[in-house]
Amino acid sequence: MFPGRFHYASPRALDEAVELLQKAEGEGKVLAGGQSLIPLLKLRFASPSILVDINNLPGLDYIKVESDGAFRIGALARHGEIERSDDIARLQPTAAAAVPVVADPIVRSRGTLVGSVCHADPQGDWAAVMIALDGSVTAYGPEGKRSIMVKDFVTGPFQNVLSYPEIAIEATIPAPKGDVAGGFLKLERRVGDFATAGAAIGLEFNAGRVSRAGIALTGVGGATVNAEAAAEALMNSSLGSDAVMRAADLAAEASSPKSDHRGSADYKRHIVHTFVRRILAGIATDQERAA
Amino acid sequence: MTSLFEEISDPTPDDVPVNRVAITVNGQKRTADVEPRLLLAHFLRQGLKLTGTHTGCDTTNCGACTVLMDGKPVKSCTVLAVQAEGREVVTVEGMASGSELDSVQEGFKDEHALQCGFCTPGMMLAARALLNENPDPTEDEVRFALSGNLCRCTGYQNIVKAVLWAAAKDRGEDPTQAVEKYTAKQKGANQ
Repeated sequence: MFPGRFHYASPRALDEAVELLQKAEGEGKVLAGGQSLIPLLKLRFASPSILVDINNLPGLDYIKVESDGAFRIGALARHGEIERSDDIARLQPTAAAAVPVVADPIVRSRGTLVGSVCHADPQGDWAAVMIALDGSVTAYGPEGKRSIMVKDFVTGPFQNVLSYPEIAIEATIPAPKGDVAGGFLKLERRVGDFATAGAAIGLEFNAGRVSRAGIALTGVGGATVNAEAAAEALMNSSLGSDAVMRAADLAAEASSPKSDHRGSADYKRHIVHTFVRRILAGIATDQERAA
Repeated sequence: MTSLFEEISDPTPDDVPVNRVAITVNGQKRTADVEPRLLLAHFLRQGLKLTGTHTGCDTTNCGACTVLMDGKPVKSCTVLAVQAEGREVVTVEGMASGSELDSVQEGFKDEHALQCGFCTPGMMLAARALLNENPDPTEDEVRFALSGNLCRCTGYQNIVKAVLWAAAKDRGEDPTQAVEKYTAKQKGANQ
């Protein structure tokens, strides 16, 4: 298989990249890791007139922690680099749990977090993680920069709110105001397959009670599911069994999976329920141990 | 080299986009005019006749087309040749130096880690990338690092042994002993 014909440019400056897209009048496409885009091109699901390869733009491959604990992840930070990041391992448990199960180790050499969020695959992992963490995406275009919360950024299957010729240049996880906890669980038939179902949870604690909660689900809806009500049920709790059960019920309710070769809708909803309980039980155990 | 290859190019029209690339493949700088849509796997196989890089699933799943690009394992069916411009690519043909096999190749030979051989080049390059980063991997780490490479003969057991063999050899230890230790541990676990 090989893609249809397109032009290719590999600009060395961000403004040049935006300009190239602008000139293509809506027909250009940004190429970062390419691990979703190139397969789509090969299947001829996408046929841009030009690929604007941002891999040679300088200074976009960073994973930075600010002094307040916020994370800034550049558009060229590969999954593999996030996997090897000590800062992520030490400070960001939701992302740390997700990254080893994103695609497979070889794909993780190339694919990027920002690209994955932009691709907005309903079965993707990173959009769920970023929604659970109140994360945002920074877009750069002719009007300058703007920041968009990921929960508002992903609008449907393979749809985001980037306004052509904007380019997503960074993802941000805001500074925590309490003690950070979280987790990510995904069911996949084998390594590298799309998620059957998955759950991402990001929490913050103050004095032993939940002061911020985010729960997002993958593989169980037409787009990444933001299970807001489920997260709300955890607020001010200390993850007692009632709060945990209520959150799991609400997360299962928020999901709208379809029956397919990966499992029935009921099965997937059941997995969501189990995963939410399991992640929260793990966090509760860690909290008890620390106390 | 022509812009694309016979099988996919009709007489090339003038308005077909073509980019010049210079890619260092197995230490040798290779220059070509290619269509941007040419995949790195096809550039290596049809363009340079380096057919050791296999194309298996062609859908980023199987890892048979794995090569190293700037030292990192990548699936060459999911990288454009133009993206390798200015980069260093190592294929299975570049693993041995002269008649001396890479320790991973030796390990695969010694431990019979191939049956049909189709996944072997990709497996060996993924293993090489692992050992460059982690010279003393556990069995689990080997299995994890190779989880993006599929063996349809399901010969994983010996592939794992081969990688442990090569790791021991690289560390200057007795590779046969390292594999025996692993086999003994497995027997213990199965009893």
